Amino acid sequence: MTSYILRRLLGVIPVLALVAIAAFLLIHLVPGDPAMVMLGSDASPQQVQALRAQLGLDRSLPVQFIVWLRLVLRGNLGDSFFLGRPVTQALIERLPATMQLAVLSLILSLLIGVPAGLIAAVRQNTWWDQLVMATAIGGISVPSFWLGLAMILVFSVQLGWLPSGGYTPLWENLWQGLRSLTLPAVSLGAMQAALIARMTRSSMLEVLRQDYVRTARSKGLGHWLVVLKHALKNAMIPVITTIGTAFGVLLGGAVVVEIVFTFPGLGRLVVLAVQRRDYPLVQGALLLTSVIYVAVNLAVDLLYCVCDPRIKYE
Amino acid sequence: MSQTGAIGIIRAGVPARRGWLEGGSPVRQTLQRLSRNRLAVTGISLLLVILAAALLAGLLSPYDPLKMTVTDRLKGPSRVHWMGTDNFGRDIFSRVLHGARLSLEVGVAVMLLTTAAGIAFGMLSGYFRRLDNAIMRVMDAMMAFPAILLAIAIMAVLGPKTVNVVIALSIVYAPRTVRIVRASVLAIRGLDYIEAVRAQAAGHLRILFRHVLPNSLSPLVVQATFNFAYAVLAEASLSFVGAGAPPPTPSWGNILSEGRIYMQAAPWITLFPGLAIAGTVLGLNLAGDGLRDVLDPRMKT
Repeated sequence: MTSYILRRLLGVIPVLALVAIAAFLLIHLVPGDPAMVMLGSDASPQQVQALRAQLGLDRSLPVQFIVWLRLVLRGNLGDSFFLGRPVTQALIERLPATMQLAVLSLILSLLIGVPAGLIAAVRQNTWWDQLVMATAIGGISVPSFWLGLAMILVFSVQLGWLPSGGYTPLWENLWQGLRSLTLPAVSLGAMQAALIARMTRSSMLEVLRQDYVRTARSKGLGHWLVVLKHALKNAMIPVITTIGTAFGVLLGGAVVVEIVFTFPGLGRLVVLAVQRRDYPLVQGALLLTSVIYVAVNLAVDLLYCVCDPRIKYE
Repeated sequence: MSQTGAIGIIRAGVPARRGWLEGGSPVRQTLQRLSRNRLAVTGISLLLVILAAALLAGLLSPYDPLKMTVTDRLKGPSRVHWMGTDNFGRDIFSRVLHGARLSLEVGVAVMLLTTAAGIAFGMLSGYFRRLDNAIMRVMDAMMAFPAILLAIAIMAVLGPKTVNVVIALSIVYAPRTVRIVRASVLAIRGLDYIEAVRAQAAGHLRILFRHVLPNSLSPLVVQATFNFAYAVLAEASLSFVGAGAPPPTPSWGNILSEGRIYMQAAPWITLFPGLAIAGTVLGLNLAGDGLRDVLDPRMKT
């Protein structure tokens, strides 16, 4: 197992290296001169030249990459043009809000998806099953931002139950924080909840057909005891492996949902950065989220290998 | 599903020499089974309606989707304007119809490009083991970026044009298809009959395109359907955050985005394009689920 963990840890290095190269090359995909594009058409040649020097664009590509990478490894992602301060600072300030949103969405989607899929599997081909599966396929078809807008209209405007936007950190005021996170988290998590419900159902159906479940039943164990204690544990394995991926999707999806709820997270920062062609900021956000994603996936894999002794270490 | 497992797979791989209207052809068998799958039929019908709406947008639209009539601004749905009007007095029904064009164009283009990339890199990776590690690490790295965020970043760099939306989304969604093709190539390449073909001194290209590819088709077709769905959703998301096709071109995403400010006074501006997106994606998901049930009995949902 130790060698598996080691190999898994080492395997992260080439992926992170490629992620860094991709993020670095992004600026170089800009058609024409990035400095000119960033400054606009009315910039003087001196200004363009100065920015080119600042970005290091006047040096060769490999040299630029090494210079950039050394800075990045020290946590320096450059300066944002429009915020006029370090990208790292701006990102770290916005990260907690987005992380709270993504984590809460993940928890919600598991809390909704797993029981729903379980009921659908146990009551296969009844109207329970049909209701869950119909809702689930609807859930994966509705765009998150549209669901968010609809919920604002119903729960904020009509009923006045929940705020339509804004953000209170959970550690400052738990109740207010949860209230401001509820609608964004539900609209972000709905699609993942639907996917998890579908996956739980199909995995559960497979497990319920297995011999050991029949043995447990024939021992005279109660129906729900068999389902919850014996079958669910094994049925959750494929669901758990997708948690890492789901988290990545939520982190990216947060960008769109944050716009709907005027939520001051990473996503809104990135969208502003895109509109202002603030490339270092876009680059930094991309790098940060992918590193988080790789780290979460690594953690899930390692936890998983500790929890499930049957996993193959190749 | 009487045909399961390896026999089904190998049969589908025999090049369809006989006319496909003949009873035994794999394509026809699949179509027959598909027509008996209620989910798939519902999904495909829904898609055909939307496709017709997109193709006939010019004929069906009662108004010019770009024409502004200030006196008609923010009118609710009525007999004159079926889906109401927006803040410029533009007819929402006409805009949604024309938006269908853009969404479907982007969806189809992304589906084709991701499939082509999936076939090329997936086969290279699965068949030539020396390339495998390099290609798959690049795919891992690409999948480490959150999809929408990567698409937004690419759009920021390439500039807001419809063709760039297609490029960005194809880059983002291709790795999944590459993985799927690779997995099925890996499963097939060890089978005896590929050995037999190789023993007949068939070249790599012939083996790949004549024997390996046809056997990878089932998962590929299913994934293509889902890529279409992802692309429609992602295009709308990009337009919604202002990183998609530039206005005034009507796209479902930017109609929604523009209508957002008037959501309380004129909810119909956001309601109808949203329904159109959900309907299209639902149709694709139903069709994809149906195809999967028909083509791959082991993956039944």
